[in-house]
Amino acid sequence: MTDATMADMAASGGQELKTSDGRSLKAALKASQSVERRRAFLLVLPLLALLVASFIIPIGQLVTRSVYNPEVASYLPETSSALSGWNGEGVPDEEVFAALAADMVVGAENRTIGRVAARINREMPGTRSMIMGLSRSAEELQPPYREAFLADDEGWGEQALWRFLKRETRIITPAYYLIATDLEYNAEGEIVQRPENYQVYRTLFWRTAWMSLTITALCVLLGYPIAHLLATQPLRIANILMILVLLPFWTSLLVRTSSWIVLLQQQGVINDMLVWLGVVTDSGRLRMIYNKTGTIIAMTHILLPFMILPLYSVMKTIPPSYMRAARSLGATQTYAFTRVYLPLTIPGLAAGVLLVFILAIGYYITPALVGGDSGIFISNLIASNMQSSLANLKLGAALATILLVLVMLFYFVFNKLIGVDRLKFG
Amino acid sequence: MSLPAYASTGERAWYYSYRVICGLIFLFLMFPIIVIVPLSFNAQPYFTFTREMLSLNPEGFSTRWYNALFNSSRWMAAIQNSFFIAICSTLIATTLGTLAALGLSRPHMPARAFITAFLISPMVVPLIITGAALFSFYARLNLTESFVSIILAHVVLGTPFVVITVTAALSGFDQSLIRAAQNLGASQTTTFFKIILPLLLPGVISGALFAFITSLDEVVVVLFLAGPAQEPMTVRMFSGLRENINPTILAVASVLVFMSIILLTTLELIRRRQERMRGMSPG
Repeated sequence: MTDATMADMAASGGQELKTSDGRSLKAALKASQSVERRRAFLLVLPLLALLVASFIIPIGQLVTRSVYNPEVASYLPETSSALSGWNGEGVPDEEVFAALAADMVVGAENRTIGRVAARINREMPGTRSMIMGLSRSAEELQPPYREAFLADDEGWGEQALWRFLKRETRIITPAYYLIATDLEYNAEGEIVQRPENYQVYRTLFWRTAWMSLTITALCVLLGYPIAHLLATQPLRIANILMILVLLPFWTSLLVRTSSWIVLLQQQGVINDMLVWLGVVTDSGRLRMIYNKTGTIIAMTHILLPFMILPLYSVMKTIPPSYMRAARSLGATQTYAFTRVYLPLTIPGLAAGVLLVFILAIGYYITPALVGGDSGIFISNLIASNMQSSLANLKLGAALATILLVLVMLFYFVFNKLIGVDRLKFG
Repeated sequence: MSLPAYASTGERAWYYSYRVICGLIFLFLMFPIIVIVPLSFNAQPYFTFTREMLSLNPEGFSTRWYNALFNSSRWMAAIQNSFFIAICSTLIATTLGTLAALGLSRPHMPARAFITAFLISPMVVPLIITGAALFSFYARLNLTESFVSIILAHVVLGTPFVVITVTAALSGFDQSLIRAAQNLGASQTTTFFKIILPLLLPGVISGALFAFITSLDEVVVVLFLAGPAQEPMTVRMFSGLRENINPTILAVASVLVFMSIILLTTLELIRRRQERMRGMSPG
């Protein structure tokens, strides 16, 4: 018997309910519930473990990578500690230059200096040759180092370079997030807007959001009547019509995207039809693909079932007598719809809108295939950054993290409002 | 929603125009999928209907793109890879997803809402992020360009669907059946295989079909993870659409449309069977 049950017994004067083997009922219940809890958890555990190991950890690494900036701190350790005493004005004194010379000797030996040079060169173009040039003869440098450096290249006397190096001694850097939001450090180390012709990322984030909203709105516009029709038809007809919604839903994304290429291109089916009908001339064929229009049309088609299905499942539960009651009480068709039917469908509408929007802002394949230059999304830029050099990879990781945070925010709202366990397909 | 006898002219007009609008939307949904099938029989290497095809002249049609597809060892290898990956990942995803759904619908499951949201998250995380993250993760383990990494990735992407469908099937599950079985002397294992599993099977099968189609259709992650030896058909289609667009792709697309029709029919049959069974049970 445990102390707790003894105490319980003492408190209730020995009158407590017991199980047949003499334990207190309360404790026995608690124990059996904790066994139940453990059993339930054990069933979920294999999947949970797999997800953590092969999904959460990789994504965590990606996020970490976007702020991790080890080059200067780990390959120029002496310089880093020497720079911590520099006040950021003018050119550092002899101590820093001596430390840098020592780091360069080590770096040239271990061949790590190239990575530092690459990192610095990315922010300050032209510095790579300066650093690499000096590192080759680093062992022959004699004190006073400051004069020796300046004699080798006047660039070493620039305050901006040293301020940059001092910033870079931090292992965690916001630098890639700044680029990802079209900001940068100026020569004084303040955060400023990038020059206008470099501002690509913010534009692309806005475009992604704006186009996703357009697609979501189109899905509402096209999905609402269909869901309503499905919900109000007799079951036999509704089941047949439902197939017309489910077949596109089950058809491969690539198949649907390639059909839109076939349909929308300038020598494609729709343009041929329009020419045949005489709507456009043969030379005036419409450009409907490899631009924003193409992306919007194809993605609306692809995401439309995600709007129709949640709407339908809510509309199915609305008794048709409500509308009839409203009409018999004198409401016009429009009034009855806006005051009775529409408010009742809001849960389905919210589910559909959030689902379509969440899926749309992260889309990659369709914009990549039919978007051309003007119809690509932020995902496409993430992909192109991820497939190039290391520095771009970090920028890609920063962009990906921003997108991930946005998506997770909407997912959180979705969960709070609708509940992920209410999701159903087909 | 039939038109009542007392409907006004305006209501009549609206009733019929609403039907027409819905018809047009259905056309928008179906036309792109249907149009690809006749185009795949084009005798010419074009992506549009030739004059011969429009006049239904047999010379305008041919099966040359299907011949090209089935005689290409690269395409056949790609199709094989796709099915191998999809079958393996579906088996794992269905097992793990069903177990997890069983746990989640137990009354004493701790942190249920949070864990459910967590298990569903691979469905909403943009694929490009998943792909990039998995690529650098497996690159460190030297596992890129291997079936293991692709299958594991597809298990992650497929399980949310299994969890969703099986949880939905369990929400309508009568828990007293379990007690009844055990009352009649069935062991835990017997109860599971004789009572729980048969009743859950429709949910499990539709979850498995979802996981299967997700894997078969997945492009982004395999673009990152697959090497030439694992190249599935989606990657071939993707690069085909990007670079040298060729009607063989339309033949592949038609085959895939045919497959989705089969899958959809299977699901529909399962649903009907379920509805029939629900009709038989009391209440």
